[in-house]
Amino acid sequence: MEQREAYQPTPPPAWKPRTDPAPLLPDAEPHRVLGTEAAGKVDQGLLLRLYEELVRGRRYNAQATALTKQGRLAVYPSSTGQEAAEVAAALVLQEQDWLFPSYRDTLAAVARGLDPVQALTLLRGDWHTGYDPREHRVAPLSTPLATQLPHAVGLAHAARLKGDDVVALAMVGDGGTSEGDFHEALNFAAVWKAPVVFLVQNNGFAISVPLAKQTAAPSLAHKAVGYGMPGRLVDGNDAAAMHEVLSKAVQHARAGSGPVLVEAVTYRLEAHTNADDATRYRGDAEVEAWRAHDPIKLLERELTERGLLDEDRIQRAHDAAEEMAADLRARMNQDPVLDPMDLFTHVYAEQTTQLREQAALLRAELDAENAEHAENDAEAEQ
Amino acid sequence: MAQALQRALHDSLADDPSVHIMGEDVGALGGVFRITDGLVKEFGEDRVTDTPLAEAGILGTAVGMAMYGLRPVVEMQFDAFAYPAFEQLISHVAKMRNRTRGAMPLPLTIRVPYGGGIGGVEHHSDSSEAYYMATPGLHVVTPATVADAYGLLRASIASDDPVVFLEPKRLYWAKDSWNPAEPMAVDPIGKAVVRRTGRSATLITYGPSVPVCMEAAEAAQAEGWELEVVDLRSLVPFDDETVAASVRRTGRAVVVHESGGFGGPGGEIAARVTERCFHHLEAPVLRVAGFDIPYPPPMLERHHLPGVDRILDAVARLQWEAS
Repeated sequence: MEQREAYQPTPPPAWKPRTDPAPLLPDAEPHRVLGTEAAGKVDQGLLLRLYEELVRGRRYNAQATALTKQGRLAVYPSSTGQEAAEVAAALVLQEQDWLFPSYRDTLAAVARGLDPVQALTLLRGDWHTGYDPREHRVAPLSTPLATQLPHAVGLAHAARLKGDDVVALAMVGDGGTSEGDFHEALNFAAVWKAPVVFLVQNNGFAISVPLAKQTAAPSLAHKAVGYGMPGRLVDGNDAAAMHEVLSKAVQHARAGSGPVLVEAVTYRLEAHTNADDATRYRGDAEVEAWRAHDPIKLLERELTERGLLDEDRIQRAHDAAEEMAADLRARMNQDPVLDPMDLFTHVYAEQTTQLREQAALLRAELDAENAEHAENDAEAEQ
Repeated sequence: MAQALQRALHDSLADDPSVHIMGEDVGALGGVFRITDGLVKEFGEDRVTDTPLAEAGILGTAVGMAMYGLRPVVEMQFDAFAYPAFEQLISHVAKMRNRTRGAMPLPLTIRVPYGGGIGGVEHHSDSSEAYYMATPGLHVVTPATVADAYGLLRASIASDDPVVFLEPKRLYWAKDSWNPAEPMAVDPIGKAVVRRTGRSATLITYGPSVPVCMEAAEAAQAEGWELEVVDLRSLVPFDDETVAASVRRTGRAVVVHESGGFGGPGGEIAARVTERCFHHLEAPVLRVAGFDIPYPPPMLERHHLPGVDRILDAVARLQWEAS
């Protein structure tokens, strides 16, 4: 019997990776500037500006935390220890750019120029967002995790479609990188080559869960490679390094080269919020080690060694911060004036009949309440 | 109806440069139901964009686009495929205007082909309107006629608020006298319409159940019953006035929809009718709904979907002889 020839399919074209992943990979060690030769090349004015902002930011965090203890803020997720990342995120943006903060990033919003009281509206509890996002190009602080990241992508994409030179910088924590929206946002941004910079602040813990239980990735910056965008690892406590890496990332995005993922390795010196007990999940020794690597200390040492900072200048920075805190305190200690009827005003462009009926009910309740108060006041006077 | 929807998208794209269509397969394929057929050719990939397959990403990026002043029209391929996008929908789409005290409205339209009756396998036939209705900040509309498919979609895209636009997929192939060349009426969102007048009882319905109710009303004539059919068109806002006026005329009402009855839209509608028309009612408001089961496999769906007989049985149960 004649042997049939073996079936030989035409081989498919050889598969090749689309990009060499090597340029996308982050360095093994977080990028540092302070304490290295590179620090000498940084604009001195910038270093001093960063220092003043850091001091102000630290004071802001302390004041806001104090306000929670006085019941003036419902909650405050402090970014103490992370001020370098917060401040750099705000300073690298141009006026037309957009910032997409998470709930921990009030400081970044303030450093971008937002009124500190307006920035605290959400946390004070008198409304959800106290500012017009278009005015400062700061999106509402996002309480759900990572959900603001696709917004940043969509906005940056829309701006590019309109021909506008706009970069969006979106902030998220280490815990947020586990959310589905993180993945979808990075994937969309890379596919669309949207001008977005994703800044992950890896502060060690998602409430109480440490990074090792959050991800098995070599670093969070490594995640970028799978999407086809560069991942950059930076010392989040080194203000000069943060500014440099984020500036380059913003330039990359602005030039039309697509998104960048930046992981700032930092540490949350305070608890998750004032409602959390950090001693349950971490020891003092770890916290103290990070205190030694404090962003303000690092920069202060650098500036002092370079002869750019003296006691007088340090004092002036602290005085300015104190002034800001006093003003914040005074304004936050005033009771906000709220109109309960606002509850119905901004649900839809036009109120539905259903909402009009409910608004009438509340109006009647308020009128009755006021009448009762007036009656009580009159009785008290007699 | 599919053609009218396509025409509405086309006209919206042509009239307003800020309108953008986005979703999985909306480009070259024209959508799995061909509703976006040909649009990418005419308007280009910047206006009609095939996105990665990720519903939260599609809706989430649309939010950002709307924040920048565009009017995105998002396609969720099937009812149950929209669920991954629920967090974006509920936490951001529905609330952005409110969170920002009116500073940042989100004009975006979310098209969701919904409902059964086309022999789809599981996760392709859900009636998800109750979830949307329960979320303040969203408008929820659903056309039942070819003219409304056009008019309501145009109105939705023009709306400054987010609209969940539910497309009854078994009516995609429904035809009626519609000339695509003629200008179509664009009614404001939130108005119900009486599709058929009668004095015996009111059938309150919407979307895919409207033609079923019209058929039931036709069949009821043989019994001597003149049924009025109210097509809600908009579930949010709800047109209490038109519905209550009809029930006051007829004194009897049956709510008909194919989504499950328990926790479904019919409960809300029946309660609203009772609150407004109690002294006019000759009988309790009844509901004819889908069963309270996960959507059944295609070979059994005809038992689940409210049909003419089940509607007529309910009408009979309205203590007819009493009138």
